Amino acid sequence: MGIRVIAEKCSGCKLCVKACPFGAITVTKKLARIDIAKCNFCGACVEACKKFNAIELIYENVQTVDKSKYRGVWVFAEQKMGGISDVVFELLGKGRQLARSLAEPICAMLLGDQVASAARDLICFGADKVYLAESEQLGVFIEDTFTEVVTGLIKEHKPNIVLFGATSIGRSLAPRVASRLETGLTADCTGLEIDPATKDLLQTRPAFGGNLMATIICPNHRPQMASVRPKVFKPVQRNELRMGRIIKYDYKNHTLTQRAQLLAVVKEAAKTGGIAEAEIIVAGGFGLGDAENFKIIEKLAQAMGAAVGASRRAVDSGWVSLPNQVGQTGKTVRPKLYIACGISGAIQHLVGMQSSEIIVAINKNPQAPIFNVADYCIVGDVLEVVPALTKEIEKIRLAEQDELTVTDGELESQLVSSGVRQS
Amino acid sequence: MNIIVCVKQVPDILEVSVDKETNTLIREGVDSVINPFDLYAVEEGLRLKEQYGGQVYVLSMGPPQAIATLRQGLSLGAERGILLSDIGFAGADTLATSYTLAKAVKKIGHFDLVICGRQAVDGDTAHVGPSLAEKLGVPHVSCVIKIHEVTEEYMIAERITEDAKEKVKLSLPGLITVCKGINEPRFPSLKWKINAARTRVEVWSAHDIGADESKIGLKGSPTRVVKMTTPQHHRAGQMLEGPVGEQVADLVSKLRERQVL
Repeated sequence: MGIRVIAEKCSGCKLCVKACPFGAITVTKKLARIDIAKCNFCGACVEACKKFNAIELIYENVQTVDKSKYRGVWVFAEQKMGGISDVVFELLGKGRQLARSLAEPICAMLLGDQVASAARDLICFGADKVYLAESEQLGVFIEDTFTEVVTGLIKEHKPNIVLFGATSIGRSLAPRVASRLETGLTADCTGLEIDPATKDLLQTRPAFGGNLMATIICPNHRPQMASVRPKVFKPVQRNELRMGRIIKYDYKNHTLTQRAQLLAVVKEAAKTGGIAEAEIIVAGGFGLGDAENFKIIEKLAQAMGAAVGASRRAVDSGWVSLPNQVGQTGKTVRPKLYIACGISGAIQHLVGMQSSEIIVAINKNPQAPIFNVADYCIVGDVLEVVPALTKEIEKIRLAEQDELTVTDGELESQLVSSGVRQS
Repeated sequence: MNIIVCVKQVPDILEVSVDKETNTLIREGVDSVINPFDLYAVEEGLRLKEQYGGQVYVLSMGPPQAIATLRQGLSLGAERGILLSDIGFAGADTLATSYTLAKAVKKIGHFDLVICGRQAVDGDTAHVGPSLAEKLGVPHVSCVIKIHEVTEEYMIAERITEDAKEKVKLSLPGLITVCKGINEPRFPSLKWKINAARTRVEVWSAHDIGADESKIGLKGSPTRVVKMTTPQHHRAGQMLEGPVGEQVADLVSKLRERQVL
């Protein structure tokens, strides 16, 4: 692979300089020069130079696998104690769409000790086939054993696409598997589609801290592997009537070496109001000023029965702890309602929350980027707006409680008067 | 204990912004720094050396200016700095990168432990550590937050997952990736700064490490970037006007209409 500027055609117009995301092109004496050390061969400059056709990508003869031999979209069905992780159902949802546009089956691979009952769940959530590997040795996740079995399955059945949740397990396992298979892996995808022309998987992910979105392909290797963070895609609905096949995988001919051993697991005390599962998140940012002011976020969250989220700067300032951080280096969330208070909306934050159903932004700066992703915008001082909102919510909650007691009372008297119940 | 710490030079990601009109990164004035996670990796390597004896090497792949990152490693207390720099390495994805690093580690020879930062802040993939372990044929543990014990045959490390801390016994030689919170990185000391000034960072080419040309750089990379775009934000936000009381009341009624309250 290479790239070159055709000197006779180059006009020195600098369109390519602007198009290059890597700052690899300079124009001197009306001629573009590409710094190969910086170039990623993305082709953005070729696209920009359509008028002159002065830049060309040089493809060398690359060995391509016989793609027709690889069929099926596979999902690694991560489980803990037999319970399938939610991200798997999200991946099955997305995987089904991909499988449909390829006219290929969607399958899951399930590894564990006595987890067969969970295989049925995977079928109800959309899997056509479940490859099941059961053994005491697979009872807990160890990279060595799981890599051996997963690569064994992939080599035998040759799937076209393999998807992993970008969880602590997926992030540790997927790169090891891809490395052994010598194929490509794209991390933390936020978009997956099939290129209608080439049938390759178009994998879109944030790059440079979310400042840009990169679309990545794996054109000459199979399977195409990608990881996706939890909450990025929507799960499919469970359907009890769905039919599928469970295929037991006999890996006895593999030697399962185990050079690591799990000695102890210390569960973290269940954090109240974890942001990953919350339906409503009230998030605070640097605009709150200090730790004391951050408490108004907690109060509003409490009044709404919401979880507390935070921007990176609020976490770095020590106002709130790391598990509450939303964004590129924190968690990706997808609640029904996200209220961003005093968060300017750095791109790293936006990538972690922009798929929330409804977004409310409260910020004193009308130019803050957070307003670009918000449904409802309030320009004002968070220290005024948030407490006022808390009061309003508390008022509603009180009123609802009253209403509830009244209804109960009315119901009671109705029942009595109709003779259903004797008082 | 012979420890190899892999480090990467990255653009200071907090300073990077995008020119909205041209979809390009504004790089002027953006410094190159050592990947923040790698600082924890270097620190942990130095602490292990201080406790158990041995040597720490810092290893990086990058353009010639990445020597600065290795110098930083030397001034913190590493004995040797090695930069893999070759035009042939350009355009490497995580697979080609881990192949290249593995070839260099094999050239270095004997090691007990390789330490990597959990991920680099420019790519954010967290792939290279586990992928490198695979290429080296050694076991790994990701996201280590604490090291409890090290012997000649094994180490006991604690990793963090979404909801737990897990104690794992890892046989050595092995590889760990470390995350924020494992330690508090030190500042360079005068003694080591002098050492850094006297020590030459070794620069190895593809030829030096005996790399197979088809496995390095762009050629050895199965993945390819085909498009860069600025993220789309397309919500037509509704501005709620008036004094605070009205804004809040307006918001509440809108949220109730949409049945989230």
